Parts: sequence; structure tokens; C-alpha cells
Amino acid sequence: MDTPDNAGMAEGATRKFMFVNRKAPYGTVYALESLEVVLISAAFEQDVSVAFVDDGVYQLKKGQQTKGIETKNFSPTYRALPDYDVEKLYVERESLDARGLDVADLIVDVTVLSAAEMGALMEAQDVVISF
Amino acid sequence: MLHIVNKSPWERNALDSLLRIARSGSVLLIEDGVYAATRGSASEPRLRGAMERLAVYVLRPDAEARAVADRIIEGVTPVDYGGFVDLVTAHRNCQSWL
Repeated sequence: MDTPDNAGMAEGATRKFMFVNRKAPYGTVYALESLEVVLISAAFEQDVSVAFVDDGVYQLKKGQQTKGIETKNFSPTYRALPDYDVEKLYVERESLDARGLDVADLIVDVTVLSAAEMGALMEAQDVVISF
Repeated sequence: MLHIVNKSPWERNALDSLLRIARSGSVLLIEDGVYAATRGSASEPRLRGAMERLAVYVLRPDAEARAVADRIIEGVTPVDYGGFVDLVTAHRNCQSWL
């Protein structure tokens, strides 16, 4: 029987997935939802990259204290991503610069890319999912 | 890559961000995204600049619904729903900029 839906996910086939984060962490649920999807995708042993662009860079800001807004601080989870074999974290330099941030402000080690480099990396993906 | 934008350029920065990041490929403006492709708007110069390296399309039914189909910037190609599908299949990947 044909199973076309599975054809691209044949055993051993690894595809390049990129998750693009463009929203700040607590104003909407996008950032948390994205993080959960990243963790799920890692369980499927895909080649996962996570990009942080625009307000998405605020997800990685050090020092988040969420007790006062009675919300779970999920930023420590980014530090656990390598344990799930998610090690490709990319931040766009222009987005950092526009917000007065640099890599020392971030909770995890990242690769900083120019906008053009980020665009090239997106081009190279099989699947891009935006949050 | 096919880049899809569905928000007005005055409500969200999705279009500006993709124009900063995308180097080649196509942009399809749908829903409120179609306003970015209107003549005389503040976004026209940016879009015209991007058209040197990106092909730009608007979803005609969305432009017609918003009464802007008659003022789409020259060089932007209107497509119908079938054209939308053709664009998706013609690119190796796509990204919906939320």
C-alpha cells in the first residue's frame, strides 16, 4: 500500500528544520509554544536549528524574573537544549543591535549571523516554521 | 524560498524583517499583507527596492476584497488561489512570517 505521507520521513532520513522566533517571551504564548515544538522535533531526531530574530532575541535575555507576573520562567530551558541535541542556535546581529543587546546579555551560547547570513541559512532548510 | 506575509506593514514588522533578511526568492502578500503593495503608500519604495532581488506577488482575491486591486504597484504580479499553489510547489521551501 502506498504511504506517500511517510515517504519523506523514511527511516534514516533526516531533514533540516528551522524554527524562527520573532516574538518576545511573555506578551504572547508564541515563544513558549515554539520551545515546546523544538523539544518535540528533537525527539524525532531531525536536524534542528533555532533562530532568534526581532523581538525573539528577548527570549534569550539573561535575568528573567517572572515571579511578579505569576508566570513560569521558561528561559532556563534554552540552556537545556543541548541535552536534547539541539545545539544550533542563531541570533541575528541587527536584531541584537537594535535592542542595545550583545551576546553577553544572552542566557545561552549562540552563533551571531548578519541578516544576509540568516537569509542564506533559511534558504538551506527543508522546513521553516515561524513563531 | 517563498516568503508569505499576511499582516499590514503598519501593524507588524514582518515585511520589513523579511526584506532585511531574504536575499532571493519570492514574496507573496496575502490578507492584510496586500496593503504593502499599493501605489503611493509608505511601503512602496521599500517594496520597489526589494523587487530588484525578489519576485513579488499579491493574492488577487484579498486585494479585491480590500478595494486595492486597481492600485497595485507595477511589477507586482497578482495571482489567484491556483497561482498560490503553483508558487508553493515552485519553491523548495516556504516561510509564513507571523
